[in-house]
Amino acid sequence: MDPTFIILGLAAVFGIYMAWGIGANDVANAMATSVGAKAVTVFGAICIAGIFEFLGAFLAGGEVTSTIRKGIVDAQLLADDPDTLVYGMLGSLLAAAMWLTVASRFGWPVSTTHSIVGAIVGFAIIAIGFDAVHWSGVGSIAASWIVSPVLAGTAAFLLVMSVQRLIFNKAEPERYARRYVPVYIGATALVIGLVTFLKGLKHVGLDLSFVQGLALSLVFAGVAGLIGAMVIHRIPLGEAPSGENRFAGVERVFAVLMVVTASSMAFAHGSNDVANAIGPVAAVVSVVNTGEVLQKADVPVWVLLLGAVGIVVGLGTFGFRVMATVGREITELTPSRGFAAELAAASTVALASATGIPVSTTHTLVGAVLGVGLARGISALNLGVIRTIFMSWIITLPAGALLSVIFYFMLSWALG
Amino acid sequence: MVEYAHQNTGMVDMTSTIVARIFGRSPFGPMQDHIDICLRGAELVIPVLDAVANNDWDEVLRLQEEITVLENEADSMKSEIRENLPRGVFLPVSRPDLLELLTRQDRIANRAKGIVGLIVGRRLTFPASITAGLAHLAENCISACALAREVVHRLDELLEAGFSGRETDEVRQMVRGIDDKERQCDEMEARLRGELFRLESDLESVDVMFMYRVIEWIGDLANHAEQVGHRLDQLLAR
Repeated sequence: MDPTFIILGLAAVFGIYMAWGIGANDVANAMATSVGAKAVTVFGAICIAGIFEFLGAFLAGGEVTSTIRKGIVDAQLLADDPDTLVYGMLGSLLAAAMWLTVASRFGWPVSTTHSIVGAIVGFAIIAIGFDAVHWSGVGSIAASWIVSPVLAGTAAFLLVMSVQRLIFNKAEPERYARRYVPVYIGATALVIGLVTFLKGLKHVGLDLSFVQGLALSLVFAGVAGLIGAMVIHRIPLGEAPSGENRFAGVERVFAVLMVVTASSMAFAHGSNDVANAIGPVAAVVSVVNTGEVLQKADVPVWVLLLGAVGIVVGLGTFGFRVMATVGREITELTPSRGFAAELAAASTVALASATGIPVSTTHTLVGAVLGVGLARGISALNLGVIRTIFMSWIITLPAGALLSVIFYFMLSWALG
Repeated sequence: MVEYAHQNTGMVDMTSTIVARIFGRSPFGPMQDHIDICLRGAELVIPVLDAVANNDWDEVLRLQEEITVLENEADSMKSEIRENLPRGVFLPVSRPDLLELLTRQDRIANRAKGIVGLIVGRRLTFPASITAGLAHLAENCISACALAREVVHRLDELLEAGFSGRETDEVRQMVRGIDDKERQCDEMEARLRGELFRLESDLESVDVMFMYRVIEWIGDLANHAEQVGHRLDQLLAR
């Protein structure tokens, strides 16, 4: 059989496997707050995730894909030896996907982003050398793992404070919720619009200038806000039934907002995490197609589609079960808090996607939820989770690295 | 894969549940359930006094049983709330203040049980001219407890409002309402003591001592209600 065909086939299979794992496990975290706050049903969350993960991956996933593909390893060093890069990327992909599967089986904390970054760095150090790693790039990626939860936490804190000031402290909170929630909807749409229109659309043949992108984003935000206002207008005002929380009506308005922020969360997740699966695939495809290691070359559209489809399949096969479980475990979250966590996390992740930095969506969301808690918005938070996250870094990075080295040697022995 | 989410495998939990695991068990719902039980116990003091007035000791004993069950239930709820608040849990309010509030709530149930125990233990009957005043005092003290329950039931709303602003002011107003009620109860208690003092010479002196104590303990229901209010007020002060 044609070795090129075998390599492309392996890349596609490993890529789908990784994307499937992301869809099966990771998406549940991104959507958990919406399901937990009962703003959407599990089925609704699946539909939202299916559509917006796909859109995020397809429209705004390019930058992070490039980083995974060529921002971690100095591919110039491999100009004479493109096979090493191919085996390394295949090995890294398999290592990360395998590690995710095994770790989930045993209930260990893992992040898809940390797995793949650890795997690629590990392969690069062993197979090429310490200097082959773009340490400044890897350094800023690692820094973002701390910065992104902190940033999301700060944003969430400020959002909760604004909601309390603008709505809950008013004599007629429902009236003010109707007034301001469409503004939050517009803001959410603006963030997603900016990331998409300013960064994402080149590969679909739409090259917008900054001003055009900004204008389109503003229009998009305005339309979203208007539609939101119309939907909210249909929610009947009135006395809460006795026994119900006095703010139940306000929460019903926020539930509308949460559908929007859930969509943006899925979009942001798709734009950042799908790259973990398709970045290495793109690297392999580029080498195979040109026969050499290029620093410039766009990610083929079919590769993006591959990742997006893989995520949706993972979501459909396993993701809904995980989502149902996670959603059930979150019982104390209200839409007025959940939206703040989601909007803060989604904005941070989308921003990272636009700058091409792979972050952990889950950890960012955890940071955002902690920010809501610091604003006295959540009845009880387990701070032990912070330790869990540190553990996940310490375990996952070396595990990914070790596995990728093993797979690299196996693949180069079998194919080389 | 899902099944593993709940299993403690010795390691920390699975990724997909990290987001779920940040959310601890809220103490606020259970706190509200707890004061409901305490109030139910206190409310039984009225039928107890009725039954005593009718000399229906079977009924009194039955009611005592009922109060004991409620008091035990309140106790175990209290322990459960405490156990679910380990140090790693971050709350929007001060932990010691919250636990102190819980202790005060619990005292309402304890007092109700104590009152009935005292009456049953000594087969205490009250002179007819005291009976109506005693029932009246009990009703008012229990309505102070009911006000305290209402204040505690505002915890959900307070959480929504981030323990600040308008909602806090409203709750503070309600706490002042309990204070007023407690003051009324104090006055009633004083009048009732005066009444008893006039009758003292015709009554068994040991019985009289315990009648004073029953009056005092019924008044305590309002005092504890007031304490619940003050503790909640303190919770908001931070």
